Amino acid sequence: MPLSRWYSRLAALAVALAPATAHSQKRDTLPVVVASKPFGESYLLAEVFAQLLESRGIRVDRRPGLGATEIAFAALRSNAIDVYPEYTGTGLVAILREPLDSVMRANPLRAFSHIARRFEDLYGIRWLAPLGFQNGYAIAVRRDLATRLGLRTLSDLSRASPSLVAGFTSDFIGRPDGLEGLSKAYGMHFKSVSPLSPAVKYTALVESAVDVIDGYSTDGLLSKYDVITLVDDRAFFPPYDAAAIVSRRLARDRPDAISVLGLLSGRLDEPAMRSYNRRVEVDGEAIPEVARSMLHSLGLTNGPATDRARNAGASRPSTGFMAFLWERRVETASLALRHLQLVLIALLGAVLVAVPLGLLLERARLAGEWVVGALGVLQTIPSIALLAFMIPLLGVGLWPALVALWLYALYPIARNTYTGVRSAEPDAVEACEAMGATALQRLWWVRLPLAAPIIVAGVRTAAVITVGAATLAAFIGAGGLGEPIVTGLALADSRLILSGALPAAVLAIVVDGALAIVERAVRPAHLNLRERASSPS
Amino acid sequence: MALELKAVDVYHSYHGQLALDGVSLVVPAGTVTVLVGESGSGKTTLLRSFNRLVDPDRGTVTVGERSVRTERPEVLRRRLGYVPQYGGLLPHWTVRGNVSLVPRLAGMSSPDGAAEEALRRVGLDPVKFGGRLPAELSGGQRQRVALARAFAARQQVVLLDEPFGALDSISRAEVHEAFEHVREELGFTALLVTHDLAESARLADQVVVMRRGRVEQSGTIAELQRSPATLYVQTLFQRAKASYAPLLDAQ
Repeated sequence: MPLSRWYSRLAALAVALAPATAHSQKRDTLPVVVASKPFGESYLLAEVFAQLLESRGIRVDRRPGLGATEIAFAALRSNAIDVYPEYTGTGLVAILREPLDSVMRANPLRAFSHIARRFEDLYGIRWLAPLGFQNGYAIAVRRDLATRLGLRTLSDLSRASPSLVAGFTSDFIGRPDGLEGLSKAYGMHFKSVSPLSPAVKYTALVESAVDVIDGYSTDGLLSKYDVITLVDDRAFFPPYDAAAIVSRRLARDRPDAISVLGLLSGRLDEPAMRSYNRRVEVDGEAIPEVARSMLHSLGLTNGPATDRARNAGASRPSTGFMAFLWERRVETASLALRHLQLVLIALLGAVLVAVPLGLLLERARLAGEWVVGALGVLQTIPSIALLAFMIPLLGVGLWPALVALWLYALYPIARNTYTGVRSAEPDAVEACEAMGATALQRLWWVRLPLAAPIIVAGVRTAAVITVGAATLAAFIGAGGLGEPIVTGLALADSRLILSGALPAAVLAIVVDGALAIVERAVRPAHLNLRERASSPS
Repeated sequence: MALELKAVDVYHSYHGQLALDGVSLVVPAGTVTVLVGESGSGKTTLLRSFNRLVDPDRGTVTVGERSVRTERPEVLRRRLGYVPQYGGLLPHWTVRGNVSLVPRLAGMSSPDGAAEEALRRVGLDPVKFGGRLPAELSGGQRQRVALARAFAARQQVVLLDEPFGALDSISRAEVHEAFEHVREELGFTALLVTHDLAESARLADQVVVMRRGRVEQSGTIAELQRSPATLYVQTLFQRAKASYAPLLDAQ
């Protein structure tokens, strides 16, 4: 899944905040950090973990929607999170990068014990006993197409593949247990393969934009649409048993939490999971609600618990969009505030560095062009990629988000400072020099004041970029208006996406407008002359 | 009061291009010397050697017996007025602010007072013009402000780099008048760069013709006109005469 991969990286980053503050506290009073990857089932299972822990009096910190596998796992490995739901096949192929052997393929239990042992040995990370259901890849086609072409198994699909258009999530396209292995195992060659976001793949399929997609066997949406999944007749896909995997820290310090989480082992099956997922993905029921009813029907909690959960997938159908926005106003306001915080801190940091840097570079001339050029190249790195690169350096959470935003803001400010100061009235600057003003006096009296509007224009550009880029901070758990966007993308909930995107757009306009006022205020007197009605004598 | 300017055997090149090729020059204290020549003749480079906007590769440059290298450039420059071609006024500062710049840098007790006095000397009423921005002035007024700035701190030397070059003929006459007037009153030494012989004729005690980084000939305008030392000088006057005959004859 293309988006989820981004998310997962970002998500891992997001998580760092909690542990950073936690280290100073006593171990057993630390909250247990429960995380998920950014798709419906992962959100739901994480919420179930969280509510179950809370029902036993254990404090919980939620970090839902962490980027893809790499980020969630990196976060777990660095003890930035304590637990998230993972699948054995993913652990084997995507994390351990081991080939599937036929024994493991045929025997899920054996696969589980092998994987659990390897994780323990390599990372000190513990797999709790499986939850009881598998959520494997399910290659899906429209029913009418399947009937027409006689498709029942993946071997059938392989035969028909040259005439079919595939739409796969980029996660699937990139994984060894995805398209690559599948093509090899079955000799498939599709007419074309397009990367699709998980949020749109089912729609693309039923609208006949594509003929084949990758789903999950417990996807709630599978039952909503008239699609069928094909039988893996050559047993290509590894088993994907769902389980909670826990950090070294939690395994060592919190036996109480481990035994509570263990209560879920073997308690869920595929039909049940599919119907819960459907309530989230199709019916739009809030994830905490569904989680509560799961725990209740499993007999693990008594009656409806108090709702301390975050409202990740708010109820969809009944209300209009405006009403929906209104319902979320308090949360939106606090997310916007957090967003603004991220932007302002990153921007302030960038101004403090980039303006002096631009001035310095202006003096260095040739070297200046090079350095400013290099900052420009930085600008071309996709934000998600930049955040992912930072995991090894800064871990996950607020800091990498701030550093990434700061890096993005540097270029427009440094560039405008450099250019602005450089092109500021060379005649006046030289005259000032010839009058005996020192370099510093020339800077303060002439160059900076004359360049100020250009510098502030650079800050404006940086601010608008930062407001946009800060929505990505949610992927790494730094919060902000990206949070509902990430969740909305994962759950294909456009209202939720808009509830983050619209305020972000408004914020961009407000920040830009505020800086426009600053720009006016620093405009040198003579540039205002044209607007005054004064005439030259 | 005024100081003598002297350059002895000065060489300078920009990126291998020879700009000054062994120039020597004396500007007697309290006189006006005009450097004439085509673009690229080295006249501006020579002028800028005196306030160290250029530091020549070789040779000695002195202001009032003292080599310009013996003090920090900033300190030297505060003693030497400077008027560039386009005035070089700070566009965001008022006239008063511009003119009081050097008095302030030089640490005078009342920079604004000095500025107002200088403005009056160039014929600008400080009350009327002091608060205006350069963009609110005519070209001639702007250049007069630049001139006022160049002597407001009682500089004994004023360097002018084509100060009238960008003006129409009426404004130019207005600034010429102002220049001659303050020069007479204050008696500072002036070194002025121009490519205009007629201007030289009007303002100069001494005219120095420069060509390819060397001094071709120097003397009063009448001397040069009467007995040009080289064919170049002769041609220069012949050409100029075609346009400025009455002026040159008047000399």
